[in-house]
Amino acid sequence: MSGIPISHILFLSTALFFIGMYGLFTRRNLITMLMAIELILNSVNINFVVFNKFLWPGKLDGIFFTIFIITIAAAEAAVAIAIIINLFRSHRSIDVEDATEMKW
Amino acid sequence: MNYSDYIALIPLLPLAGFVLLGLFGKKYFRRSSGYIGVLILVMSTALAFYTAYQYFFVSGKVHDTYQTIIPLKYTWLQFSSGTSINMGILVDAISVMMLVIVTFVSLMVHIFSLGYMKGEERFSTYYSFLSLFTFSMLGLVMASNIFQIYFFWELVGISSYLLIGFYYDRPSAVAASKKAFIVTRFADLGFLIGILILAYEGGTLDFNTLIERLTNTQSSQYINITTASFLGISVMTWALTLVFIGGAGKSAMFPLHIWLPDAMEGPTPVSALIHAATMVVAGVYLVARLFPVYSINEAALHIVTWLGAISALLAALIACTQTDIKRVLAYSTISQIGYMMFALGAAKYGGEAGTGFTASMFHLFTHAFFKSLLFLGAGAIIHAVHSNEMKDMGSLRKFMPVTHITFLIACLAISGVPPFAGFFSKEEVLLAAFNSNKFIYSIALFTSGLTVFYMFRLYFSVFWNKQREKHEPPHGISFTMKLPLIILGAGTMFIGFIPFGKYVSSDGKLLESAFHLNFSIAPVCFALAGIAIAMWMYKTESNRPHRVAAAFGGLYQAAHKKFYMDEIYLFVTKKIIFNLVGRPAAWIDRNIVDGTMNGMAYSTAKISGWIKGIQSGKVQAYAMYFFIGIIVLVIIVLYLWK
Repeated sequence: MSGIPISHILFLSTALFFIGMYGLFTRRNLITMLMAIELILNSVNINFVVFNKFLWPGKLDGIFFTIFIITIAAAEAAVAIAIIINLFRSHRSIDVEDATEMKW
Repeated sequence: MNYSDYIALIPLLPLAGFVLLGLFGKKYFRRSSGYIGVLILVMSTALAFYTAYQYFFVSGKVHDTYQTIIPLKYTWLQFSSGTSINMGILVDAISVMMLVIVTFVSLMVHIFSLGYMKGEERFSTYYSFLSLFTFSMLGLVMASNIFQIYFFWELVGISSYLLIGFYYDRPSAVAASKKAFIVTRFADLGFLIGILILAYEGGTLDFNTLIERLTNTQSSQYINITTASFLGISVMTWALTLVFIGGAGKSAMFPLHIWLPDAMEGPTPVSALIHAATMVVAGVYLVARLFPVYSINEAALHIVTWLGAISALLAALIACTQTDIKRVLAYSTISQIGYMMFALGAAKYGGEAGTGFTASMFHLFTHAFFKSLLFLGAGAIIHAVHSNEMKDMGSLRKFMPVTHITFLIACLAISGVPPFAGFFSKEEVLLAAFNSNKFIYSIALFTSGLTVFYMFRLYFSVFWNKQREKHEPPHGISFTMKLPLIILGAGTMFIGFIPFGKYVSSDGKLLESAFHLNFSIAPVCFALAGIAIAMWMYKTESNRPHRVAAAFGGLYQAAHKKFYMDEIYLFVTKKIIFNLVGRPAAWIDRNIVDGTMNGMAYSTAKISGWIKGIQSGKVQAYAMYFFIGIIVLVIIVLYLWK
């Protein structure tokens, strides 16, 4: 357990972040985009945990932040899915390309 | 009671009437607005007469001199420690006299209009305008500050404009109201510049302080204003002349008189009130108000005298040839105001030399009575025969006895036949002219003969002359129209006996009028001759007027065409000003001023068009901008931030 160096874990979180970013930019389905956002959030969570462990091993601040973010992510998913359902009701589609009325 | 307790009510009551009738008249007082107007004016008039009684007989005199009192004063705009625009009330002999004239004539006109304007669509609007005019005129005569007078000066201008254009569906009335407004505005430009010069040099806008400083030859202000000069003429003369130009515009003095005859397009009672008795004498009043300053400046006084005399003569000549009854009276008004002006110009401050001042004010006073009577009489005639042209009238004496008698009284009064009002005032005017300049006196004497001729030409053509062959006789006039005629007629008979010099003089002291019976022989002879000639020409229908007109030839033609003044104005404005000033200015406005504005709008729209594409409505595009932004910030913070 103690053998895994910090760079491995940071590499994992960075990869996770960019996979999420890639999903956010390339998927047209709103639910998939939501999932991509969850990936980004989780990469941040990993960062918090790992920096807490390696930099301030005796403290819990980073862990608390992680729990905080998980809560926020749950709430955000609830709101986002409500929006998506409403969008589907009005547009009969959850393709992000179909919902571009709010422009100039 | 103190003046300050009630004097402000005199102008404020008509203002309240204006607001009440203007806002609610159409809805709630359709029929009663006339009575409301009359009631308000009765109260104002009563207060004005009470003020006059208080001032002239009870408390105005201290050491045998009528004092100038300022019962109310309120600083409105403070420019510097010495200069401020005040709203105040000034009570002295001439302002009290004007108070009485304005409220009284306005009351008569209000009563007369009850009958004259009956059934009019915009009856309550008419009365609200009349109230507005009365308020502004009262404010003008009681102004204690030269800028305050300017405010009210413009207010009477606008109410005159509104009333001339009252029949706004007639193009001629609209044109006349515009002409009146523009010509007087043009003159007011001179007035404003004059005020600014006086205020700058005198250091104050207050009448009393200004007069005190500019008449004291030792004061620094006096020395500055007389030694400074512009184009070789002292600044004092410039200022007074410019102020006089304002007065000349309002008082329809030559060559700014062209608006007054056209102003007759308004309802006739309005002409009686504004264009005969009150507003047009505002110029005379203005010169009288500043008279102590004018009296020490020879040049300005000469301008006043000569313009007055020229106006009197030219207007009288034109009046002899006009056929519209109201235009004759309008030119007669110009002529009589000319009398007042040159009487002022012929006067000096104080003592016996101040006869001209008293004479001018006396003539203003009597003129207000007989000229408003003449106009109201003309209104009654027009109401009866539905025409302004003298040829549509004739033999009216049988149908309209009250109008006939009162009109005759007014004609005799303006002709200066003793013992009617005009005799006394005109004698004093002539006396003042005689004492100062014999040439002016001869013009005045000749003009007085002309006056008699054209007034009796009017009288005989309207009331005698041809038999009426019309089947239906002109219908009579109502009691509300007769009453003012009778009251004014009685006034015209008796006000001449007021010993005016006792109350109104240039320095407030008693002035015994040096009045000789011998002196009045010449004017009275002229008057009788004028009556005789008019009788010979117009009493019965004949071709004598044509023969006389033919004998005068060119002079008659020129006078008939009003000495081509309107044509000259049209030439100057249309040909010269429009082409040389108006067109280039319009070009600059359309192409350069508007072009700049349009260019700015166009380029803004263009740039907006380019950058609005950013807001595409695509969520992922926004996320991308956000992400790029974060990266840029990170780069800045990590690498570029030192």
